[in-house]
Amino acid sequence: MGVDFWQILMNGAVELISPTTAAYALAALGLAIHFGYTGLLNFGQAGFMAIGAYGFAISTLTFQFPVWAAVLVGVGASVVFALILGVPTLRLRADYLSIVTIAAAEILRLIFTTNTFDPVTGSANGLSGYKGSYGDPVTREGAWGFAGLNPFPKGSYGFGPWVMDEYNFFLTIVAWVIVILAALLTWQLMRSPWGRVIKGIREDEDAVRALGKNVYFYKMQSLILGGVFGTLAGMIFILPRAVVPSNYATTLTFFIYTILLLGGAATILGPVVGSIIFWVLLSIVSGFIARAQGAGWLPFLSSVQAGQLRFIIVGVVLMLLVIFRPQGIFGNKKELAFVK
Amino acid sequence: MEVTGLRRRRLPALALTFIALLLAMLTIGSAPATADEVGLDEYDFKVSGLVELNDKPLAGVELVIEGSGFKVEVESGDDGRWAVGVPEKGDYTVTLNEETLPEGIAVIDPEDETPNVREITVGQSGSAVANFFIGKGERNTVSWGQQLLDRVINGLNFGLLLALAAIGLSLIFGTTGLNNFAHAEMVSFGALMALTFAVQLALPLWLAIIIAIVLSAGFGFTLDAAIWKPLRRKGVGLIPMMIVSIGLSLALRYTFQLFYGGEIRQLPFAGMADLKLGPISLSPIDLASMAISLVVLAGVAFFLLRTRIGKATRAVSDNPSLASASGIDVDRVIRIVWIVGGALAGLSGILWAYFRPGVSWDMGFQILLLIFAAVTLGGLGTAFGALVGSLIVGLFVEISTLWLPSDMKYAGALVILILVLLFRPQGVLGRKERIG
Repeated sequence: MGVDFWQILMNGAVELISPTTAAYALAALGLAIHFGYTGLLNFGQAGFMAIGAYGFAISTLTFQFPVWAAVLVGVGASVVFALILGVPTLRLRADYLSIVTIAAAEILRLIFTTNTFDPVTGSANGLSGYKGSYGDPVTREGAWGFAGLNPFPKGSYGFGPWVMDEYNFFLTIVAWVIVILAALLTWQLMRSPWGRVIKGIREDEDAVRALGKNVYFYKMQSLILGGVFGTLAGMIFILPRAVVPSNYATTLTFFIYTILLLGGAATILGPVVGSIIFWVLLSIVSGFIARAQGAGWLPFLSSVQAGQLRFIIVGVVLMLLVIFRPQGIFGNKKELAFVK
Repeated sequence: MEVTGLRRRRLPALALTFIALLLAMLTIGSAPATADEVGLDEYDFKVSGLVELNDKPLAGVELVIEGSGFKVEVESGDDGRWAVGVPEKGDYTVTLNEETLPEGIAVIDPEDETPNVREITVGQSGSAVANFFIGKGERNTVSWGQQLLDRVINGLNFGLLLALAAIGLSLIFGTTGLNNFAHAEMVSFGALMALTFAVQLALPLWLAIIIAIVLSAGFGFTLDAAIWKPLRRKGVGLIPMMIVSIGLSLALRYTFQLFYGGEIRQLPFAGMADLKLGPISLSPIDLASMAISLVVLAGVAFFLLRTRIGKATRAVSDNPSLASASGIDVDRVIRIVWIVGGALAGLSGILWAYFRPGVSWDMGFQILLLIFAAVTLGGLGTAFGALVGSLIVGLFVEISTLWLPSDMKYAGALVILILVLLFRPQGVLGRKERIG
């Protein structure tokens, strides 16, 4: 039994434009604003994503909100979360923010996992059934939720490896449109006076303070903006799957850091291309390992063990990136994210 | 609970034993065709629940879910959870087969004639939960004071084992400035080594523990020599180093899983019966754990306060350049700190394996944030602050279970961390210097 390389490549190609890739790109873009441009060590991006996911799902399921209201609830909750995180820590040294954000994200995950709130959060089993319904294929009667907004007729779309049904087609378009808009917004912001102050804070906080800028407020605005990107990413992330609380562990944040550092922390395209490279390579590598294991090329591994290799690879890649190419693929060596 | 007490007493003990025997034979004879998750992928809607007795999950309890012309059987899994997919919204009956409960245990609800049958509705949320009140035939109450005392003792035990790991982390932070996320894996490493030598190689426990601690010390030394020293030489900043430690933590953690698998295994003598010491009940393992922690912590204190190298360590923590200028070999101090930190983390991992109880690949990662919380609470970089912080975290985690659900106890400790940073960012014992 050989290894079907063509199939592995095709599976990798699917990840090129998948909504999951878009979600990670958007979350990494938010982190680029925090970490790359402002120098904030936010280790709680998973928490912002969880707020988006649960904010959307709970508003839809428990309160039967329409899509726009559910999105607003998620975004509003993430602004509140950013304020709660920022008020005590943005005046302190950078590593304090990292500890508080990672702790806050874990608190959120524990709250979403506990049995106490099971009727609302679904506890460890999570939530599903918030995607809505397309309704009647012709009259669209009974359409609700995100699937109900789909303007495309039922059928199959795309070509080659990218063939999908109308739901995934609509979702893919929405996801990437949001990513592109967010990237354009970030690009414009970073070349505006606001962006110059933000980058100044990263380089030398005291110098910016000496110029009469209120560093604290700028940091807070950056934390909120990047957090909202993370929240929107959390919503895109759950639309192809179900909400499961264990997805929002700190490992998620570390994956996003890997993506960000892969592309380049202080760049616009970096997070987007980083996410694409990350997911395509991860799919190809784990597809190859799984099939090579199945074909008996790796006799010392079981199929479960072969699945764990991807995490080891991510960890090693993260270490090597930071040590040998901290500016990432697109970054400028002069504009390193690591200043202190 | 009078009603249940009566109900239980009506059943002759002989008949119960007979049924239990019969059941045991049945389960041995035929492998159960049920699982803890049935049809979740097939159907969009879900009924789930948890079978617990006094916070301990009960496995292998049979439940039948019926309604809307649909019927499915499920058995609770090892974690006591079960879940089934159901085809549509509507009303369902969940029946718990009481005969699959352990002997002397029943579903209790004084206001219900048939407490083992519950009606539930799968509504808009697409899922519903059916939990049962399970208890002994009669209710046994523990006075609040007794509960508090038990929690305090447990909290001290937990705090002391946290302190072992936290002091190592704090010393490493103090001397190198590194926030070492891979400390969690140093904790797991100790427990996994103890498992390897005590269970897989069947050495005597004391020998296995000594070998595990020596190997953990070697692990700390290797990490410093192979990764951190070259990075310090290269002049890599502190934040990149922290992210390297995150990558290292991820890679090591899944390497452990690769070799040891996902299951939880026990070290020898885990789960020994409690001894009664006046109002306190403790297992010999708990006693030994606390004694070992206290002796080792006293040893660390002696090392830091009385020995030359300990004083040099504190000098480097205070001001590396000044220490270096006064003739202290900073690299040697850092190497020793990594060795000591590795050994302490390894010991902490072994004690944590007895406290949880169980050894698993991610056990260190589960308490990493509590260790960080302890170090931050005490004041980053101060060894004795880490001890105080650990005791606060340990006590708080355990005592909070008097009010908080037990699956939320870690969240409480993390909330305290954030509150302390809000009001006293330098930590309980930290000096009030500029940290902004």
